[in-house]
Amino acid sequence: MKKILTGNFAAAYGAAAAKVNVVAAYPITPQTTIVEIMSEIVADGLLNADFVKVESEHSALAACIGAQATGARTFTATSAQGLALMHELIHWAARGRLPIVLANVNRAMAPGWSIWADVTDAVSQRDTGWMQMYCENNQEVFDTILMAYKISEHEEVLLPTMLSLDAFFLSHTSQVVDIYDEKTIDSFLPPYHSKIKLDVNDPRAFGGLTSPDHYYEFSYKIQLAQQKAKEIIKLVGKEFGQIFGREYGLTEAYRCEDAEFVLVDYGTIAGTCKDAVDRMRDNGIPVGALKIRYLRPFPEEEIKQVLQNVKKVGVIDRAISYGHLGPFFSEVKSVMYGSDIPMYGFIAGLGGRDVSIMDIESMVSYMQKNEPEDLIWIGVKK
Amino acid sequence: MNKETKPQDKKIKLTIPEEEIMSPGHLACQGCGASLAMRYTLKGLGRKTIISLPACCWAVIDGPFPYSAAGVPVHQSAFETAAATTSGVSHALSQLGKEDVTALAWAGDGGTFDIGIQALSGAAERNDNIVYIVYDNEAYMNTGIQRSSATPHGAWTTTTPVKHYKKGRKKNIMEIMVAHHIPYCATANIAYPEDYIKKIQKAKGIKGTKFFHLYAPCPSGWKYTPEITIKIARLATETNVFPIYEVIDGVYKINKKIKNPKPVTEYLKLQGRFGHLPDEEIAFIQEEVDKNWNRLKKLEEVFGE
Repeated sequence: MKKILTGNFAAAYGAAAAKVNVVAAYPITPQTTIVEIMSEIVADGLLNADFVKVESEHSALAACIGAQATGARTFTATSAQGLALMHELIHWAARGRLPIVLANVNRAMAPGWSIWADVTDAVSQRDTGWMQMYCENNQEVFDTILMAYKISEHEEVLLPTMLSLDAFFLSHTSQVVDIYDEKTIDSFLPPYHSKIKLDVNDPRAFGGLTSPDHYYEFSYKIQLAQQKAKEIIKLVGKEFGQIFGREYGLTEAYRCEDAEFVLVDYGTIAGTCKDAVDRMRDNGIPVGALKIRYLRPFPEEEIKQVLQNVKKVGVIDRAISYGHLGPFFSEVKSVMYGSDIPMYGFIAGLGGRDVSIMDIESMVSYMQKNEPEDLIWIGVKK
Repeated sequence: MNKETKPQDKKIKLTIPEEEIMSPGHLACQGCGASLAMRYTLKGLGRKTIISLPACCWAVIDGPFPYSAAGVPVHQSAFETAAATTSGVSHALSQLGKEDVTALAWAGDGGTFDIGIQALSGAAERNDNIVYIVYDNEAYMNTGIQRSSATPHGAWTTTTPVKHYKKGRKKNIMEIMVAHHIPYCATANIAYPEDYIKKIQKAKGIKGTKFFHLYAPCPSGWKYTPEITIKIARLATETNVFPIYEVIDGVYKINKKIKNPKPVTEYLKLQGRFGHLPDEEIAFIQEEVDKNWNRLKKLEEVFGE
């Protein structure tokens, strides 16, 4: 069934379609309507779940951790300050190997207060052990939540997933979303059965004092799980494509086959880039776009494969790692270590400033005329 | 033990459940009040209990990975999340049809009076179906005896050294919890296991948030010799420093009324942490204890049965 949904509705409907058992969420400033929508879905009896209306984002993730560890499928949603407040428990969920799914509406961090798109909030959680992905449109939000549970709960992965959707460009923008039928979704994503949990018939202790003799191996195993997740993400994405007609991977290449210039992008900027690529192609410029879906696990092989024969590469970041470079640019550059392909690091759209097709075209034009540069600010008022 | 060789066993009538759920190989200090506290708690709650354990002495007492002394499932949680994590456990149990299992939050005074009070207030306001127990040893004992808002006036800790001993009252956590209108609040003391276990069993049968303020002396932090833990615990109640009472749906009931309360100095003088106190401070503490006791009696008179 096709519906017209904002990103917030797509996220809430996705969690409902995944038949989560426990939702815990809090309306921090800046909050998202995902919480309100979920609350209504549960109150109306459309979803048989417990909604825990906690008193903070910190408690939201703590409650999800407790519920997931007991064997329930859980969901929470947050944004910017809320994600930052969760930070301690973001680590807790990953090190506890709890396959929680969290929808984060990408917003710029305060001060000054902002309700607009910027991925600094999510990127700041990069090294916690979570799988982390960025959505281009509302259909991808809905689809990703279904896939995320299947990937996270895979017994060789068992890591939480944070999916990101840009504030306003997705969260408050209505788009057509195909929400599929319940039976098909249920067969794709059966109920959650955890083998290792808090169980009075098999009492175990989780998370106790861990000496250097063991901690090191726990970390190693998280890395192994992240590496395994690359394979599982692709497998689940393929299965999803076979059932629902939309296939997903770690990356998505758009008109890159014969491209001389490739723009690497993520989130909603990826959609704008596709339009810009079409326009430039019409004008004879051989350009393509490579969307990165997953920041963790990072798709080294896919990126290398697409970029290896390209003349010039640009990376567009809606974030800046202060004192260094755009975060995705750094990652792509490290993947391309040893290659002599000129690379350009563009910063654009911080704090929700619009990134237009013209901006994208200006990036390609910059790449055509200039020597490579790691840090290029697009449209900054100096 | 073979009962046939010990016929006298038949004559012993235990006043608390015989089954030991907690195992003896734990890591508590000698004379630890908190280890007895857990032992009695599990006797009352039984094996169908899931513990959420934030940072506190018990995070160590339970044993390092891969060991656990509790005998029931334990989830070690972040310091400030005992109540929120337990809410999650409780909602999961309800969703999975396991409502016969008790979700227990087991936190120290730091994790309850200080860093965990927000999550506790949230869980209590929602009246989530949990048992929350604070075992109170009146300072951050696990981290090195730093003062908490449960540390009493006059006490030495490593952050209130002798020259600057704590000047300020202990937070009244019971009144804070009673103000949340939860169905059950109680104080208890490890020196009175029958009273405590009876209350635990009663609380288990009540739906909603159940709160226990459980008094658990600490020889290492209070500076006394381990063999007098029970004596000190009993003195706390016999001097009215720590009265034993419960508040059921807002109705106050003092469970132990001491006919001739002993002077607080009998309690204070056994503990090195109060060794520096001048007479006027001891007089002040006596005054405060009397005031609080009279206040509690009034509350029972007005809001009792």
